[in-house]
Amino acid sequence: MTALAAASVVVALVPLAAVLFYVAFKGAAAWNKEFFTGLPTLFGSGGGVANGIVGTLITVALASIIGIPIGVMAGIYLSEYGTGRLGSLIRFVADTMTGIPSIVAGIFIYGLVVLNTGGYSGFAGALSLAILMIPVIARSTEGVVRLVPDSIREASLGLGIPRWKTIVRVVVPSALNGIVTGVLLSVARVAGETAPLLFTAFGSDYFNLNPFKGPMPELPLQVYNAARSAYQGVIQVGWGAALLLVLMVLVANLLARLAFRSPGGGR
Amino acid sequence: MESRRVFGSEPRTAGRPDGGDVMRGSEIAPVMEVHDLSMYYGPFQALANVNMKVARHRITALIGPSGCGKSTFLRGLNRMHEIVPGARVEGRVLLDGEDIYAEGVDPVRVRRRVGMVFQKPNPFPTMSIYENVIAGLKLGGRRKKADLDEVVERTLRQAALWDEVKDKLKDSGTSLSGGQQQRLCIARALAVEPEVILMDEPASALDPVSTQKIEDAMQQLKKDYTVVIVTHNMQQAARASDYTGFFFIERMGAPGQLWEFGETEKIFSNPERQETEDYVTGRFG
Repeated sequence: MTALAAASVVVALVPLAAVLFYVAFKGAAAWNKEFFTGLPTLFGSGGGVANGIVGTLITVALASIIGIPIGVMAGIYLSEYGTGRLGSLIRFVADTMTGIPSIVAGIFIYGLVVLNTGGYSGFAGALSLAILMIPVIARSTEGVVRLVPDSIREASLGLGIPRWKTIVRVVVPSALNGIVTGVLLSVARVAGETAPLLFTAFGSDYFNLNPFKGPMPELPLQVYNAARSAYQGVIQVGWGAALLLVLMVLVANLLARLAFRSPGGGR
Repeated sequence: MESRRVFGSEPRTAGRPDGGDVMRGSEIAPVMEVHDLSMYYGPFQALANVNMKVARHRITALIGPSGCGKSTFLRGLNRMHEIVPGARVEGRVLLDGEDIYAEGVDPVRVRRRVGMVFQKPNPFPTMSIYENVIAGLKLGGRRKKADLDEVVERTLRQAALWDEVKDKLKDSGTSLSGGQQQRLCIARALAVEPEVILMDEPASALDPVSTQKIEDAMQQLKKDYTVVIVTHNMQQAARASDYTGFFFIERMGAPGQLWEFGETEKIFSNPERQETEDYVTGRFG
């Protein structure tokens, strides 16, 4: 039985390791100065993804600014006040939304925002990413806040501290490590999403620093475009971009683990 | 009352067991008075028609077998009971003459005047010892510009913990032993300067040395505060308290009642009712 279980672990890890190593192998070769500082080319030597790096950072940051506060507060509500019918309803909706196909989020924002504001934008991309982030953050936050023992809440209420202050100043700080972990994991997941960006940020071959105006270059979209090219040089750049994305996700996950372990992380 | 006949016990005094007779003649008005208090969890009645007076600057112990409503009653004194969804209360509880359950009374303000120490020590995990003690002051909204250092030292001394922690006030509240944590919780409750301190079996999770320290602290607290303590430890009630209330439940599923109340010495040496005597002599428990 042990042998069977061990063998299963190996089988499960093989595809994961294969992806990591293959991407690293193919992508590392593309990493040079031009890769990090240049703009994409449609043919020839391949160019770089500098605009995509900046664009992804801007879009993910904006998505986080929108999605994190809403998600965390929804999670706190569900944990502290969500015992009734409204709470069950919200929980059901959030659970369903964690499974929304990401392209649906993209199309939704396309119809709602892009068509009404006259064009693609980084902001629209950020909105579609936020839609994907919010239910995940809400459920993970709820889970962690629920774990704070009731004895802590009782101690605070027994001192004559009002309920809202108990939640904000006592319960949430106790759960902060876990909340940060959930947030970082959700950001990591969303940073690599491609489908929602197709019709919202749309992608671009030039720099764009204004998320509210004009298509925004995005790293995942550049991988997509590069992979379809006929030119080896361009495809090579695609591999490099893919490796960069994988590393971003890896770093975010590592940060999440560190945040969870550090006892000082929660103030 | 059929059930009392079966038990063979009739109260010898005609009055209800509220200690009113006992305290007549005392010049000090009771700090709290409980009138016909019944407590419910949803449809289930946990406590029926309790009448009691809590003497100021005295220690009142509440004893009785498990499940007879002592802790529920204690939580009724500072409106902690209603935190449980579906919990409700009938009757009146007067604090300095005012009903804490009257319309429009804010439970938060009641709890600042009637503090509580719980069975399991519960210091705030993200705060240092110093921050734990003043947590009630800082978060309770009392904008007193009091010298916080002074409050920390005074309350930690009153809780008999100062000497052990004075050099490590910045350490985490949870770095202390169980007994020390509980004394920290006592100091934290004292910092808010309540009139009454409720203690729900505060030493039941602790070793004998810590228990002794807490009992010593309680005796000191009497001077400035009133203490009501629920305890399973009868010896503790007998040696540490001035008045004792015995709670009893007639049968499974029935609401708990205050069966007898009086001066501790009388309750333990010459109680009025048979069940009280059976309990304090250990015939059941």
